[in-house]
Amino acid sequence: MTSPTQARRLPDEADLAQRSAPAALEDETFAGPAPDTGADPVSDGAVVDPQGAMQPLVSPAASLLRFITCGSVDDGKSTLIGRLLFETNSVFDDQMDALKRDSKKFGTTGEDLDFALLVDGLSAEREQGITIDVAYRYFSTGNRAFIIADTPGHEQYTRNMATGASQAELAVILVDARKGILPQTRRHSFITSLVGIKSVIVAINKMDLVDYSQERFEEIKRGYEAILPALGFTDVTFIPVSAKAGDNIVTHSPKTPWYRGETLLERLETVEPETFDAGAEPFRLPVQWVNRPNLDFRGFSGSIVGGKVTKGDAIVALPSGGRSRVKGVHGPDGEVDSAEAGEAVTVTLADEIDVSRGDVLVSEAAAAGVSRSFSGDLLWMANRPLIQGGRLILKIASAQTPATLTTLDAAIDIHSYEAKPADALSMNEIGRVTLTAERPVVALPYGENRDLGAFILIDPVSNETVALGVVRSIGEAEAAKTEGSAEPRTGLARVADLWLGEAARGDEKHRQAKIRARIAGSVLVGLLALIFQMPLLLVPVLAILDFVLRPFLAVAFGADRLPEEKRLDPTVVDSGGGI
Amino acid sequence: MKTEALKQALDKYKFDMAFGGARRDEEKSRAKERVFSLRTPEHRWDAKNQRPEPWRLFNTRKKKGESFRVFPLSNWTEQDVWDYIAIENIPVVPLYFAAPRPIVKRDGALIMKDDERMELKPGESVETMMVRFRTLGCYPLTGAVESSAANLDDVIAEMRGSRVSERQGRVIDQDSGASMEEKKQEGYF
Ligand SMILES: Nc1nc2c(ncn2[C@@H]2O[C@H](COP(=O)(O)OP(=O)(O)OP(=O)(O)O)[C@@H](O)[C@H]2O)c(=O)[nH]1
Ligand SMILES: [Mg+2]
Repeated sequence: MTSPTQARRLPDEADLAQRSAPAALEDETFAGPAPDTGADPVSDGAVVDPQGAMQPLVSPAASLLRFITCGSVDDGKSTLIGRLLFETNSVFDDQMDALKRDSKKFGTTGEDLDFALLVDGLSAEREQGITIDVAYRYFSTGNRAFIIADTPGHEQYTRNMATGASQAELAVILVDARKGILPQTRRHSFITSLVGIKSVIVAINKMDLVDYSQERFEEIKRGYEAILPALGFTDVTFIPVSAKAGDNIVTHSPKTPWYRGETLLERLETVEPETFDAGAEPFRLPVQWVNRPNLDFRGFSGSIVGGKVTKGDAIVALPSGGRSRVKGVHGPDGEVDSAEAGEAVTVTLADEIDVSRGDVLVSEAAAAGVSRSFSGDLLWMANRPLIQGGRLILKIASAQTPATLTTLDAAIDIHSYEAKPADALSMNEIGRVTLTAERPVVALPYGENRDLGAFILIDPVSNETVALGVVRSIGEAEAAKTEGSAEPRTGLARVADLWLGEAARGDEKHRQAKIRARIAGSVLVGLLALIFQMPLLLVPVLAILDFVLRPFLAVAFGADRLPEEKRLDPTVVDSGGGI
Repeated sequence: MKTEALKQALDKYKFDMAFGGARRDEEKSRAKERVFSLRTPEHRWDAKNQRPEPWRLFNTRKKKGESFRVFPLSNWTEQDVWDYIAIENIPVVPLYFAAPRPIVKRDGALIMKDDERMELKPGESVETMMVRFRTLGCYPLTGAVESSAANLDDVIAEMRGSRVSERQGRVIDQDSGASMEEKKQEGYF
C-alpha cells in the first residue's frame, strides 16, 4: 500500500524540533489542544509532518468481552490465563524469554513453563506461587478483544476477586477436577451472582490429573448444577480443560473425545453475555462536577448512566426535586443535540436550580428513588467485624455521605446460601443490611441500574474501603419524607430547628439528649440564683428564660453550628475531593 | 533519578494527586496498579494492601501527607494509545518516528548518543541506524528499536505485527523479575 506520506520526503529532526516549539508555547498558557498542522505557521509546504497525511484509523468495532477467572486457591486460574495468552500468540518474545528464566527460578511445574508467572507479577506472588491482587490482561483474536482480570483464589484476598467481578460481564469459574467444589468455589460463585454476572463458564481443570475421566467431569457438573438455583445464572457452560497441558483451551483435545462442546476460546469468542444496560431506561446523569468557567456558563458534568438526553427535555434534579429544562448538551467536540448512556457530557439548564456534585439529573418522567435509607447486600472486606450501629461513609455514584448501619438483617451462609440472623459480619462475609445515610441519597436497585445501585463503604477514620455492595430496595417511607423536605418548612418547625441546632434534626436520640442537657443547665442557673439569694419568684423565671433563649444566643454567635457540622460531615474534603 | 526529582517536587508543593500515563498492559506489576493509587507520606506503594476499586467507585479519601498517583489510562493498551493519537490527530514527539540516528549498542540495547553526557566504553562505537523509540524513559536507559516506520500509519502497522513488548527497550525493567515493583515501591510512577 502506498500512502501519500511514503511518497514525500522524510522530515529531519531539526524541522521537527522547530515545529514543536510553538506548540510548547501554547501549552504554557493552556490554550487547549495543540493547533492543527494545517494552521501551523511554521509549515512552509515542503515540510511533511509524519502525522499530517494520516487517515483516521478506526479499527472495526470488534466486540469487547470483559471476563474474570475465579475459583479456589490453586485451581489453576493464572495458569489458564497464561495458557490462553500463550496459545493466542499474545505473549511477546521478550516476555517469553523472561518466562523461561522465571519458570526455572520460581516455577511450580518442574521442567515445564509455569504459565501462571505471566500474570502473577508481584514479588510476593512469585515467591509464594499464589495470586494476591487482580491482574488485568489484554489480548485479542481476530474475532474479539478481551480484558481479563485474573483474580486470587485465596480467601484472604476475596476483596480483589470481588473487584474484578464487579467490572466483568462473564466469569470463568475454575474447579480442580481432583478436589471438586470447595467452599471458596461457592463463595466466588455467590459474589459473581451478587455483582450481576449472568453468564458463566465452569472450567473443570486439571483433567490430566484424573485421566481425563468423563465420569469425574459429569460428577462435578452435577454437583455444580445443584447449587445453580441459588445463583440466578442464565447461561452456564461446562468445559473439561487442562490449563497446564492445554487441553480444550484453544483446540479440541484428543484426550477428551467424549466432550463435543466448544473449547474455552471458542466459547469466549462467541458468547453474548446478557448486557446490563436496558435500552429503554430513562435519562440519568450523576453530577461529578459543576462546570462554571465564567459567570455566563453553569453546566453539570458527568457520564450518563442511563437513557438519553435531548435539548429541551424536562428534567428533575435529585434529591432536591428542583425542575427545569435542558438548555444545552455539550460533548467532547462541542454542543450536540443529544447524548446517551456511556457518554461524558456537560448539561446546561434553563433555570437556576440548585445542583451540586453528587446530585443526579433525571428525566422528569421517571424520578429515581430518593431516600435516606436503603437495604442491600454487601461484602465486608475489613479485618474488624461489621456491627449494627457502625458509622461509615457511603459512596454511591458521585455522591458521598456519612451513613450508619442501622440493621444487620442477615449473613449469608456460604455453604447453604441461606440468609441467617447474625450479630456481626467478619471479613469476607456477605450480609444483608439496612443503611441510613445522613443526607438523602439517590439510589436504584442494582438490577435496574448498575451505576446508581452499586456502592462502597469507607471507614471514616482509616479511610480504607471496607465494603462493596449492591442496593436491593429503597426505603419507601423515607422517600415520601424527603420529597416533603424540599418544600418550605413551617415557621414553627424552623424555630424549633434553630433551637435544637442543625445536628439534631431528624435524629430523635440526639434531640432528647440535647433537651435533657439544657434542662440540667437551666436547673443549675436556678440554683445559682438561689445561692445569690435572688427573690424566690425570680428563680424559676430566670431558669426558664435560660432554657429558651440560650440556644438562640449560641446560634447568633455561631458557636452552636460550626464545630458540629465539621464533626458530622467527614466526607467534605477541602480539596482534591475527587472524581 | 527521575523518581527523586518527582518526590522532591511532590514534597515541595504538597500535591494531593499526581497524574500519570502508566497502563496496566505495560508491565506485570503495573498490571496490579489501581486507578487511584495511594502513596504514604514517604511516597511508598504498598502493593499487597491496595484499596479495592469495584465498579467505577474510587475512594479518594486520604490523610494529611499521603498522596495519590492517578492513572486514568490504566485500561488502555499501547494499541489504544496509537489509535487515539490517529483519530484525534495528536502531535507526538519526533523520537517516536524512525529516522537515521547515532546509536551505541550497549548490553543489547540501542542507546542514542547525541551529546557528550554519554561516554563510550572501550570497544563501543557510534553508528548511524534507522531507529525509533517505542517508549521514552530515562536517558540513557531507554533503548531504541530498529524501524523504518516514519509516520503514524507505519508505526501502527509495525506495532500490530510486533513480537516484542513495548517496554523491551527499558533497561530499568530488566534488572530482575520484580524490578519495576521495587522501583514503584520507592516512588517511581
Ligand atoms: N497438572 C496440572 N496442574 C495444573 C493445571 N493447572 C494449574 N496447575 C498447577 O496448579 C498450581 C496452581 O496454579 P495457579 O495457576 O497458580 O493457580 P491459581 O488458581 O491461579 O491460584 P491462586 O491464584 O493462588 O488462587 C500450579 O502449580 C500449576 O502449575 C492443570 O491443568 N494440570
Ligand atoms: Mg492465580
